[in-house]
Amino acid sequence: MIIAMLVAASVASAKAETSPTVIIGAKNFTEGTILAELMAQVLEVHARVRVERRFNLAGTQVAFDALRTGAIDIYAEYTGTGLRDILGDTAPVESPAQALARVSGAFAERYNLLWLAPFGFNNTYVVMMRRAQAEQLGVTTIGELATHPLRYGMSHEFLERKDGMQALRQTYRLNVASLVGMEHDLAYEALADNAIDVSDGYSTDAKIITRDLRVLRDDHSFFPPYEAAPLVRRAVLDRVPQAAAALALLAGRIDDETMRRLNYAVEGEQRDPAEVASRFLRQLGLTRQHVDTAARERSLLGLLWQRRRVTLDLTAWHLVLTGSAELLACLVAIPLGIAASRRPRFAGVALGAASVMQTIPSIALLAFMLPLFGIGAKTAIAALFLYGLLPILRNTVTGLRGVDAQVAEVALGLGMTPGQLLRQIELPLAAPVILAGVRTSTVINIGTATLAAFIGAGGLGEPIVTGLTVTDMNLILSGALPAALLAVLVDALLAGVERWATPRGLRLRASRES
Amino acid sequence: MIELRDVHKRYPDGHVALRGLSLRVDVATTVALLGPSGCGKTTTLKLINRLVTPTAGSVIVNGEDVAAVDPIQLRLGIGYVVQEAGLFPHLTAQENVEVVPRLLGWPPARRRERAAELFALVGMDLAEHGASYPLELSGGQRQRVGLARALAADPPLVLMDEPFGALDPLTRRRLQREFLQLKGRLHKTVILVTHDVDEAFLLADRVAVLSAGALVQVGTPDEIRAAPASEFVASFLGVGL
Repeated sequence: MIIAMLVAASVASAKAETSPTVIIGAKNFTEGTILAELMAQVLEVHARVRVERRFNLAGTQVAFDALRTGAIDIYAEYTGTGLRDILGDTAPVESPAQALARVSGAFAERYNLLWLAPFGFNNTYVVMMRRAQAEQLGVTTIGELATHPLRYGMSHEFLERKDGMQALRQTYRLNVASLVGMEHDLAYEALADNAIDVSDGYSTDAKIITRDLRVLRDDHSFFPPYEAAPLVRRAVLDRVPQAAAALALLAGRIDDETMRRLNYAVEGEQRDPAEVASRFLRQLGLTRQHVDTAARERSLLGLLWQRRRVTLDLTAWHLVLTGSAELLACLVAIPLGIAASRRPRFAGVALGAASVMQTIPSIALLAFMLPLFGIGAKTAIAALFLYGLLPILRNTVTGLRGVDAQVAEVALGLGMTPGQLLRQIELPLAAPVILAGVRTSTVINIGTATLAAFIGAGGLGEPIVTGLTVTDMNLILSGALPAALLAVLVDALLAGVERWATPRGLRLRASRES
Repeated sequence: MIELRDVHKRYPDGHVALRGLSLRVDVATTVALLGPSGCGKTTTLKLINRLVTPTAGSVIVNGEDVAAVDPIQLRLGIGYVVQEAGLFPHLTAQENVEVVPRLLGWPPARRRERAAELFALVGMDLAEHGASYPLELSGGQRQRVGLARALAADPPLVLMDEPFGALDPLTRRRLQREFLQLKGRLHKTVILVTHDVDEAFLLADRVAVLSAGALVQVGTPDEIRAAPASEFVASFLGVGL
């Protein structure tokens, strides 16, 4: 079945080579995904390219590295992020236009990456309060806060930043009656519950709508601009020149309020980003296609049933990822274990190295592998391969060392060569222990492989990562439950293989001892 | 004929097992290496099939220094039996007996025929026990299969390391008697390691008494009984007797 899938995939990719392909990435949060869908659909219709989607990339670093190394061609980035986080430029910014000019110049020169015209909204820090209270006090700008003594509850990050609360307080001469630090999500709750009056947030946050909050205008341009724009490799525009014109159709079409609504459609109404994007493009008159995806089912069972096809595909791909990694791990770890069982000093080094590998957090290991293999399956398989080594290596060494020394000596005494001893005596006797190692390694990796979604490699981690970004517990479970079930099934299957491979003469011992 | 010439053995861990041992074993005789544990008798046995290489001195088998011959060819021509038989637990009794013929590349029919002969020789039935795994056999049966395995390719020389050591006294007596009958029929050169004085005197044509890595006396059982060469031999025999 796996082979059939791979063949089908390669046939599909061969067919598609007639029209150019553009790979669009997205960071793992709702807004990034919606913007990526908008770009993808506009490119499909107006530039007539085939679009490959690599969404849910784990943060700025992964997405940017992927773009720089050519693993993706385009993703949506914010000017403020480009300036502060990627370029490390902390100089003050006068205007959105200036921020864009600075990142454009530096990115073109250093990375050969181009910033296209921004979408039109500015997802920067905002100061917000309950709409009712704002209307009652007649406050529409941050400057107007100075005359009212209010209770402030700001995010920890905003309190700690040098250019955060302290600077804001000075710039606007705020009248702070009380001030507490709290988690970003809790601040929305606290505002709604009338426990605080003012907090900080992000301008396109869907919760501004759901909690009925008013965003106060930053009349002194205190916050740096975070305009979102397509960030593209220059090579892509050379290869697909019509892409620039297609993406320009989105320039300036999405203001803060619109972006907030789009985010709300996904997070609040639980609709599919592709469908939300297509509906919006139709409203703009840019496309006529319908991406008709039903809203996600609210109940867990309903969602599992609704996603059954998708889940099956993701499961198959999950198995391909773990299966190839395990196969490679066996091919390396078993011979290595054989060599190590012969030389105690080498065994120490090999086991030590494999143990260290195991202690590297999975996400960090994936990050290390990214520059080598780019985003996608290769990196995931390489990382899972490294994780898979230790249990197999350890059990191969243990299993071979556990072979009765007298039995091995008799085999040599009867005239076996070391190779015959290994194949005819040692490996069959050690097989159950070695296979137990393969089983441990595989079951662990089925779990670990869910993290592959963070680097665009797909698998059952995809609904988990998406569920995390839109805080949908059922969506998370729709990936986590099949993954857990898969682990249990594979464990049982491999336990069966282990029993089957245990020489009959040894099974007798087990039954006698029990 | 086998000859050990002034053999010394010092193991990598510093333990000295043999200090200048010399011994001749004539063709078609059974020689018992007798001594308390740690006297070097098992080391002496393993020198002959080159599982152990001497630190100094030489080991001659059939006129050739074993250091100069291919160890695999050497061992394929020597039978080897150890305590508890050392059977391969994942192979059936028949497969165990066929190990050496298989290594020699005999065709299956010939291997099977030989296995049947050998089972009969050691007093077992191939049809009844051939498909049994070692764990399904009694201690005595395992030891018989171990002996059959050692004799499979009809080697002129058989090395036996405490072959009856792990058996209950009754089974041991019966196997020892059967061994004596086989010995008369097969005319093999047998070198037998034992710490059991009775066994050595019962089974061997000549007995070599070892102590602390050196040979203290060698002779027929009668010679040794009549004139122990030293206080040690006398007391060792006395305790044994």
